[in-house]
Amino acid sequence: MHEIMLLIFVFVIAGFLGVELISKVPSQLHTPLMSGTNAISGITIVGAMSATAVAVLAPSSTIGMVFGIIAIVLAAINVVGGYLVTDRMLGMFKKKGDNQK
Amino acid sequence: MNDFRDVIITVLYMVSAVLFIRGIKLLGKADTARKGNGLSAVGMLIAVITVLFEKQVMAAGLNSYLLIAAAVIVGSIIGAVWAKKVEMTGMPQLVALFNGFGGLSSLLVALAQYANYRTLGADAQPFEGITMGLTVAIGAIAFTGSVVAWGKLSGKMFKKSVTIPAKNALNAVLALAGLAGICLYAFSGSNTQLGFIGMIAVTAAFLILGFTMVVTIGGGDMPVIISLLNAFSGLAAAFAGLALNNSVLVVSGCLVGTSGLILTLIMCKAMNRTLYALLFGSFGASKSKSAAGSGKEPKSMSVEDAYLILEAASSVVFIPGYGMAVAQAQHAVKELCDKLEENGAEVSFAIHPVAGRMPGHMNVLLAEANVPYEQLKTADEMNPQMPNTDVAIVIGANDVVNPSAQTDESSPLYGMPIINAYEARTVFVLKRGKGAGFSGVENPLFTNDNTIMIYGDAKQTVSSLVSEFEDK
Repeated sequence: MHEIMLLIFVFVIAGFLGVELISKVPSQLHTPLMSGTNAISGITIVGAMSATAVAVLAPSSTIGMVFGIIAIVLAAINVVGGYLVTDRMLGMFKKKGDNQK
Repeated sequence: MNDFRDVIITVLYMVSAVLFIRGIKLLGKADTARKGNGLSAVGMLIAVITVLFEKQVMAAGLNSYLLIAAAVIVGSIIGAVWAKKVEMTGMPQLVALFNGFGGLSSLLVALAQYANYRTLGADAQPFEGITMGLTVAIGAIAFTGSVVAWGKLSGKMFKKSVTIPAKNALNAVLALAGLAGICLYAFSGSNTQLGFIGMIAVTAAFLILGFTMVVTIGGGDMPVIISLLNAFSGLAAAFAGLALNNSVLVVSGCLVGTSGLILTLIMCKAMNRTLYALLFGSFGASKSKSAAGSGKEPKSMSVEDAYLILEAASSVVFIPGYGMAVAQAQHAVKELCDKLEENGAEVSFAIHPVAGRMPGHMNVLLAEANVPYEQLKTADEMNPQMPNTDVAIVIGANDVVNPSAQTDESSPLYGMPIINAYEARTVFVLKRGKGAGFSGVENPLFTNDNTIMIYGDAKQTVSSLVSEFEDK
């Protein structure tokens, strides 16, 4: 029970932290912010790995294993693609005077 | 030994959560955004390595490591290739697609956990069962919703906004059935027939709900929906964390969830809509035929004549919209901008928060065309200067410059913050043809005395203006 309450505590605090972090972002950064946080939501890859390992341990949990593996692949696409595309986008944001081609 | 390992794992997860927080913070400032993204990527790497040392993963041995490594490599390659290949105009649909994958991944994590419980004959505590059910529910909405959004944005599927009869009733039934499924699962256990039925019910109901919720939403409302779905995929990860008792999932998922929610509300505010009205009302249907215009015909002008006006202008404001993205006109616009500056004019860009199909869409396109970001102004910054502007060039924007939003209380747009293009001395409107904008609302700007329509493809029009400058 104690563990559950602690998790809920963390959940609520992180929620309010998210609100504080985002509320003053200039609109020109909305797209990178969205795709950057989108990449972070790929953190579920950690859960996917852990669930896959449990499935490998369990006797004949083929379905669990298949779901887990697919989950890892999808989350990896989300994470790697998300970070790279955000970086690419941000690389294009230039100040005046940055060597403009 | 095991205790020591647990401490190290907790510390590493903590470091990765701190890096995510710092990363998001830095992402919010133009100068540091790239560094912020890098920091959060490092946080992700640390989290992914740390999980490899968790008890259950170590116990599963070499086979599981090989499987995991193979899956990570396959996903990383696919993600990297897509991220490299995508055109900037294709960005909204790519973000939607990635988002859908994130949602589906969380959904599958919960289902895998469920399958494990069944084979192990173990059982989830009610709290765990409820959070697993919620993971499935939110992940499912994020998945099908994002796929529909991707289809709409890429023009591949569901292009027309569909109306579903009794949409709200249908969605309510689906949501209730899904929630009932969660309760059934959580309180009858993983290994019972009832629990199985519950799991199937929640999965099916919310997969359908994601579809019915997004399929009725039109293109112009996409910025709101994309950020909402982004919030959902974060929340799904956070609930997966609650179910798996993993704190780093809870923290980072929840950060994404609430930051996405804030972005959603910012977008709603920029459209003067409530989230409730967007999801549960139907904009198209409630649209009353506004009075059949003032009966005036808009004036139009050839490119040559427009050039003469532009050449004499000393301050010019571009107001881009989704039409600029469709015509891929951003590079031509930058050329015209350079020509105008050579000619001594002061050029800026006024960007409405919901111009385009995702939050900040126009900024990304113009950044791609090398427009420095200081030149990109928000509506609030630009509006006070509008009366002193010689020429406002509206490129493929419509509703965001519609003065009805300020003057006509019967207009569906009434109250929406707009860019006051009508206050400029001359307004050029580059438009493909006559017709109303996405919302289907008449735009009185077009028939104003100081407005000149230039019909045709935006890119071609801008390019021929550029060559007029060159021929001089």
